[in-house]
Amino acid sequence: MKQMVELTVNGEKKRIYVRPAATLLNTLREELGLTGAKPGCENGDCGACTINFDGRPMKSCLTLSIEAVDHQVTTIEGLIDTPIQQAFVKQFAFQCGYCTSGFIMNCHALAELYPNANEYQIKDWLQSNICRCTGYEEIEAAITEVLKNKAIEDTPS
Amino acid sequence: MIGKSVPRKEGNNKVTGAAKYTNDFSVAGLLHAKLLTSPHAHATIKSIDVREAKKCPGVRAIVTGVDYPILTGSAIEDRPILALEKVRYFGEPIAVVVADTEYEAQNACTFIKVEYEILPVVNTVEEALEGKHPLVHEEFKNYTQVKELRPDPTRNVSNHVTVRKGNINEGRTLSDITVEIDVSFPQSDHAAMETRSVRAEILPSGEVYLHSSSQAPFTIKQSIGKYFNINENKVIVHTPLVGGAFGGKAAIQLELIAYAASKAVGGKLVTLTNTREDDMVSSPVHIGMSANVKLGATNQGELIMAEIKFLFDSGAYVDEASDITTTAALNCTGPYKINHVWCDSYCVYTNHPYSTSFRGYGHSELGFAIERAMEILANKLKIDPMELRIKNAIKPGDTTPSQAPLTKGNIGNTAKCLERVKELINWEEGQVVPISDRIIKAKGISSLWKTSMSPTNASTGAIITFNKDGTMNLNVGVVEMGQGTKTTLTQLLAESMKVDESKIHVKMEVDTQTSPRHWKTVASTATFMAGNAVLEAAEDAKRQLKNNAAYALRCKPEELEVGEARVYLKSNPKSNVNVKDVAHGYKYENGNAVGSLVIGHGSFMMNHLTKKDPQTGKGVPGPAWTVGAQAVEVEFDTKTFFYKITKAVTVLDVGKVINPKGARGQVTGAMCMGLSWASREGFTFDENGIVLNNQFRTYKTIRYNENPKYIVEFLETPQSDGPYGARGLGEHGVIGMPAALANSLSAAAGVPINQLPIVPESIWRQKRGGVYDINKF
Ligand code: FES
Ligand code: FES
Repeated sequence: MKQMVELTVNGEKKRIYVRPAATLLNTLREELGLTGAKPGCENGDCGACTINFDGRPMKSCLTLSIEAVDHQVTTIEGLIDTPIQQAFVKQFAFQCGYCTSGFIMNCHALAELYPNANEYQIKDWLQSNICRCTGYEEIEAAITEVLKNKAIEDTPS
Repeated sequence: MIGKSVPRKEGNNKVTGAAKYTNDFSVAGLLHAKLLTSPHAHATIKSIDVREAKKCPGVRAIVTGVDYPILTGSAIEDRPILALEKVRYFGEPIAVVVADTEYEAQNACTFIKVEYEILPVVNTVEEALEGKHPLVHEEFKNYTQVKELRPDPTRNVSNHVTVRKGNINEGRTLSDITVEIDVSFPQSDHAAMETRSVRAEILPSGEVYLHSSSQAPFTIKQSIGKYFNINENKVIVHTPLVGGAFGGKAAIQLELIAYAASKAVGGKLVTLTNTREDDMVSSPVHIGMSANVKLGATNQGELIMAEIKFLFDSGAYVDEASDITTTAALNCTGPYKINHVWCDSYCVYTNHPYSTSFRGYGHSELGFAIERAMEILANKLKIDPMELRIKNAIKPGDTTPSQAPLTKGNIGNTAKCLERVKELINWEEGQVVPISDRIIKAKGISSLWKTSMSPTNASTGAIITFNKDGTMNLNVGVVEMGQGTKTTLTQLLAESMKVDESKIHVKMEVDTQTSPRHWKTVASTATFMAGNAVLEAAEDAKRQLKNNAAYALRCKPEELEVGEARVYLKSNPKSNVNVKDVAHGYKYENGNAVGSLVIGHGSFMMNHLTKKDPQTGKGVPGPAWTVGAQAVEVEFDTKTFFYKITKAVTVLDVGKVINPKGARGQVTGAMCMGLSWASREGFTFDENGIVLNNQFRTYKTIRYNENPKYIVEFLETPQSDGPYGARGLGEHGVIGMPAALANSLSAAAGVPINQLPIVPESIWRQKRGGVYDINKF
């Protein structure tokens, strides 16, 4: 049976009815119309469904909607003109765009949490997503650019 | 505008989650369909009992094969919409359940009872050719052939293509030296990130609406019309942005099931989206191949003859596989001049998932075979593999294996591509260089070529309309699936109209009711075909603008020129009028209006293509050949046989680069896909023909940072009939990668590696005969 839950998505409180078994991915897409997070495997393998959960990247296909109660969920629709979005456009870091929301949410969390991430950390994080169109070169350019600028910003002058 | 890295027109929508794909849609009342698929690769269906399933909550209808006893297929009608009487591959759709929600449909699937009688499986092309019984298609002789095929049904062969050029006996006699190799790779998957998705609705007016993540909306229209006996005019297909396709979305499959599902619920709107598991095996896959190649040459390294046999694994149904079999045969030698060529190319049924087009369309497959043979020939001749390739590179004046004449206008410069690759990969330092006591650096190279085999009358069109402010709307029937064609076409129009590309709004979605018919978005032909149509439409629009402007400027249209959003007198540009003031006719100050609304239209049709001769293959299969050369550098661990792909090089003769960053992205993306295929992709079948790796957990693709450093350069030998000289380039980066990787690893390991995918274990098997010897570590 569906239950009413209150979720906080992109800073807005939303009261919705969900099945206990409904994944956050399905709820976001079907109940809230936030289709930026994509199903690519619904098995935790591809990262297309990545959202931020209290600021950390999370695969929404592996998260139950009810687990999100009392947490902050951010989807790609909640990011507006962030450096990583701009960098993705500028660096041509996507083609079909299907993996893009997931990659951006992952990169965004990385840049926020670990602005000084080293190459190994970047690799470790970004390997949880698959892009089938690009050869990853442009995605690397985008995240590197954002982290570099962030490091400059964060350096006290 | 040409030569400028214009960011994608739809870019901002894609980085904000606003871009909509087929499955990003829901509405109250939308019904959901799910497939029940076969757990066996070959079995007779004795009965299907849906009674329990029908009682499940939310279920509205269940459709099985007997409801639509129709056979379908683009080359031969061999494939039922849902399995009929027997299943021929693991994952074959058997039934579709329509329910209020997806999980209810899924749940009901588990209550359908199917009784099978298991049959022996045809698990390899070799077994198939031996005529193993029961045949995959016992009823073959009753099937309707749509294209011209040469089948041998008793041996599971759906098409046998022969190429006969020169005289093979003479070739054998003239050859001082011959080499022979066998190569093979299993079927694999396109694995586009968006799984295939369709939505269907049938209105009381009889109109059928489909939304599909497809490369071929106009073919869907045709197929629905044909198989369900509906007037094609009533079928309207929409294709929004597509999340990657790579050839896999040109086949028509789910659309037919979705139509049947909608029909079963009185025409209500039904959506059907593949799970990843279904997308990998139930829907069509990338072809597999076994090949035998014999090359003959003089002692000086001049190629004399090629004798080639391709066995393509079409899986259970033919779909595009028969044409891939043909293309591979007609271009079997790769970009080398060889006077005596025999090729026998077979399209073979097995109890595997069925194969359709894949990026490269036969050329990466033939390339792997030929380029491995070239390497072995070079070794045997003790000639540098690079020199051997340069020496034999095909040129204008030569002919292809199908005897198509090559000219300056229809082929680029292969030798020059090779020369440049030689520099970029630092070939001079040596093919194999030890860098520590256990790590070896090794390089491998490959040439490539590709033509775009299309129907001899493939066509397309473009329509340009104007907004009040003089900006333009561009409408073409090409699907945007990530290749960036819509942006490229915008650039071509901007160049022709001499305006900034921001002044052009290009329609992303294809709507078969309003977009001009475009054959299919395949074969890297969109820029070439639609590009020409756009340029013609631009000329048409300019002509009409000049007619209107002639009233305003009181002159003859011929005295006018269009550019920078103005129409001006050639002799005196100061005398001009804004495009926006003449795009909708012209209004004099007193209010009188003259002229007409400007609607530019243009079209393009392939020409000079000819059908092939059934015996010799003689004919002109495609409009031009794009050529290139590639290289790979690996670091190989001689103890564990692990390797890292450190560098990959492509030099491609693309005629003209329209969007440099976009073009590079297409090429590096394709290189990545080629390396991923060659190094880790491929279906693993058990002895019963069951695919063991139909999800990303077990089917690995290259991930972030596993990619090499890319080096990409373009040559610009213009294609005479390409828009501003441009050729297609979307597929080519794939083509030489498997061979270049295999050549590098064969050199590094010192054993011939002729099977894909090349994983450390397969090198170990080759090197140690599969024996674990502790002393060797
Ligand atoms: S859809 Fe969640 S990881 Fe693939
Ligand atoms: S852009 Fe298509 S999957 Fe990444």
